[in-house]
Amino acid sequence: MPEQASTIAQQVDALFYYWLGITLFFTVLIVAAIILFVVKYRRRAPGEIPRPIFGSMKLETIWIVIPFLIAMSLFVWGAKVYFAQYRIPKDALDIYVVGKQWMWKMQHPTGQREINELHVPMGRKIRLTMTTEDVIHSFYIPDFRVKMDVVPGRYTQMWFEATKPGRYHLFCAEYCGMNHSRMTGTVIVMRPDEYQAWLSGNTSQLSPAQQGEQLFQTLGCTTCHLNGGRDAGGRGPQLAGIFGKPVQLEGGQTVVADENYLRESILNPSAKIVAGYSAIMPTYQGQVSEEQLLQLIAYIKSLSPQSGNAAMTSANAAQAASSPNGQRR
Amino acid sequence: MSTAVIPVEAKPRTTYLNAGQTLKSWLLTLDHKRIGILYLISVTFFFLVGGIYATLIRLELLTPQGDLVSAQTYNKLFTQHGITMVFFFLIPSIPAVFGNFLLPIMIGAKDVAFPRLNLLSWYVFMTGALFASYAMFAGGVDTGWTFYPPYSTNYANTYVIATGLGIFIAGFSSILTGLNFIVTIHTMRAPGMTWFRLPLFVWAQYATSLIQILGTPVLAITLLLVALERTVGIGIFDPRLGGDPVLFQHLFWFYSHPAVYIMVLPSMGVVSEIIATFSRKPIFGYKFVAFSSLAIAIVGFLVWGHHLFTSSQSVYAGMLFSLLSYAVAIPSAIKVFNWTATLYRGSISYDAPMLYALGFIGLFLIGGLTGLFLAALGLDVHVHDTYFVVAHFHYIMVGGALLAYLGAMHYWWPKMTGRLYPEGWARFAALVVFVGFNLTFFPQFILGYLGMPRRYYTYAPEFQLLHVLSTAGASILAVGFILPAIYLLWSLKKGPIAPADPWLATGLEWRTSSPPPPENFERTPIVTWNAYEFRPQEEAEVIGGGKPDASSLTGE
Ligand SMILES: [Cu+2]
Ligand SMILES: [Cu+2]
Repeated sequence: MPEQASTIAQQVDALFYYWLGITLFFTVLIVAAIILFVVKYRRRAPGEIPRPIFGSMKLETIWIVIPFLIAMSLFVWGAKVYFAQYRIPKDALDIYVVGKQWMWKMQHPTGQREINELHVPMGRKIRLTMTTEDVIHSFYIPDFRVKMDVVPGRYTQMWFEATKPGRYHLFCAEYCGMNHSRMTGTVIVMRPDEYQAWLSGNTSQLSPAQQGEQLFQTLGCTTCHLNGGRDAGGRGPQLAGIFGKPVQLEGGQTVVADENYLRESILNPSAKIVAGYSAIMPTYQGQVSEEQLLQLIAYIKSLSPQSGNAAMTSANAAQAASSPNGQRR
Repeated sequence: MSTAVIPVEAKPRTTYLNAGQTLKSWLLTLDHKRIGILYLISVTFFFLVGGIYATLIRLELLTPQGDLVSAQTYNKLFTQHGITMVFFFLIPSIPAVFGNFLLPIMIGAKDVAFPRLNLLSWYVFMTGALFASYAMFAGGVDTGWTFYPPYSTNYANTYVIATGLGIFIAGFSSILTGLNFIVTIHTMRAPGMTWFRLPLFVWAQYATSLIQILGTPVLAITLLLVALERTVGIGIFDPRLGGDPVLFQHLFWFYSHPAVYIMVLPSMGVVSEIIATFSRKPIFGYKFVAFSSLAIAIVGFLVWGHHLFTSSQSVYAGMLFSLLSYAVAIPSAIKVFNWTATLYRGSISYDAPMLYALGFIGLFLIGGLTGLFLAALGLDVHVHDTYFVVAHFHYIMVGGALLAYLGAMHYWWPKMTGRLYPEGWARFAALVVFVGFNLTFFPQFILGYLGMPRRYYTYAPEFQLLHVLSTAGASILAVGFILPAIYLLWSLKKGPIAPADPWLATGLEWRTSSPPPPENFERTPIVTWNAYEFRPQEEAEVIGGGKPDASSLTGE
């Protein structure tokens, strides 16, 4: 058994042991029956022909219904654990992850950057918002029993709460080319005070939100996105306070302004036009890196303090998955 | 065995084997039996090729560092291993070899419905194999057999298109075979051969053919889209052009999950035949076993999303796919229970085919139950893309499909070649395969739960012991494959002459001589009995071609 180093790990292992027990039970049952029959009813004379038995409705019903019920128990339990794994909590520490062939780049909310190492405090929920510069990767920490694919063109999220200080393997689980097996790292779980010390020991640069703010200036976003939006004479919608809120679109639909929506609006602005505005914003595809995009989004998030930590809910993630970037309606 | 029932004739009997001796008579043959043999030679060759890749992979994994080959070569090895084994061995193996050879005989027909189409499908298959082999010799491909974009479309510098084209072309041979079988089963059954008198192998083939026809076009289109994305960048998978890389995974698994059943349903058919023959009992719950094949074929199309539980697919979609995956497990369970019940109060012999069939039940059981670990959403998150998955599908593919293929090979060897194989050696080889297989793949379940990701060229040192065990098992497994190759080839020349029915079996294929005449039967059989109605040898009518063979030879 691998180390159980997160709050989820025990839940996954309990499920594992449950099904291991069932598996052993059925394997032993069938194998024992086979061995018994094969020995007991071995052929005694070359020409012997046993009396045929054609079947039994009663037995068929039993071995359809009972395995079905047992399978359903596994289904329900499995779904329950899955929800625990993928329902992203709201009150979590935000860490941004960008995968690229063949390394992991992380940035802490206070600005510290790491490559192939991730320092986290124990006993605190950590939310990872992840994307990749190139191919699909998958962020996997076996000792935490968590895994999530990192997909180009969108943000995926995962969370965990580490329960034991220590160093744990970080693996890329999705084949990503030549050095896939070297795209590994270490997650270092520290006690909260150690983590604070580590943070201050790593001369903090600007936080992602502050870096985003600078970018916001240099890219000239401020010329259109004024506070007050159209009423204040801005050609683009106001960004303060929109994160996590529903946005009314041209054509009557509404979307929740989550990370994937903001990303799409920067890279492909004409995909979803806010009601009352026209499609005049140029695309920033190719002009901002994945990390800069995350910083811009962190900045926009920071403009909505009340819902600044509104998580991308599972339902939103699903919506994002079904309407990828650039899909026009 | 008892004595012959038909008087001995003087002139040598014409069989499908001696009906024409030239190479041309083989390459232009329309005889389904000869086409089956052409496939047998082709897929056995590809099994050998895939096996060489597997050997190199296992050797590289003996140590945590990369030492035997380079990272790039390793990635090509596991890719080529998967592509060769899946598309050029497992998918055509039982349907194209034993289906072709046996299906018409089993239903009392002279040939398949479209003999020319049947020959064409072999040529199409070989053309596909040619493209794939060209790609392999030119430098190979390193995308994994799954071809996930954007790696396959925008990043891989290897022969993606040539390989994809090979699979694309070979897919049409699969479609043609499926089409041929369905029409054959519908229209060419002998008088009295009603649907519920069909051997269960035929039911399994029917279900398989449905999947081949309905599923393969989706794979073809998907590979075409990969080629278009790679060449002209149509932007269907590339997010920078507005595409969605996860869309590929949906399309790919829409075929590739049902393809698992293309590989394993015919094996289940084989196992039903063998279990019945070697326990001399009708299969318990015939209709349940027959319909479970159809249920698997249909529900199998609805579960593809269980490969995407960590791909950022919606949580609710995940739940639905998980639920349906349990639904498709039930028909498989039905089969296992019914096979076991068939043994009850049987007359069981331990001939090699039976050993393979019993081994199949045990290994398929483990493969199936571990598949349910993977269908459990919360568990899959941990073991997805680890060696747990690798172990699971090798229990299904090798423990299941390959064992059934070997079982079928032994069971019908006397029929196909007219010679008996050496029973002692065959039993020994079956045992070696069983032991070697478990030693190879069982440690991989543990590796996977410990967190060892798949497709890793180098790995953390704590995983080494289990990898060494696995490699040791693989070398035993290799011996288990080499043994039959030797004694089966030996038996072609030196094996005792086989009687028409060495096993006292019931199928129509045992009512004709071994090997069968070109037209299968002297006259159209009229079927008045159910499948698996065992009768004493004297009562079994032989409607095969001419001289029944030196009948003093015993089969057991
Ligand atoms: Cu990777
Ligand atoms: Cu599947």
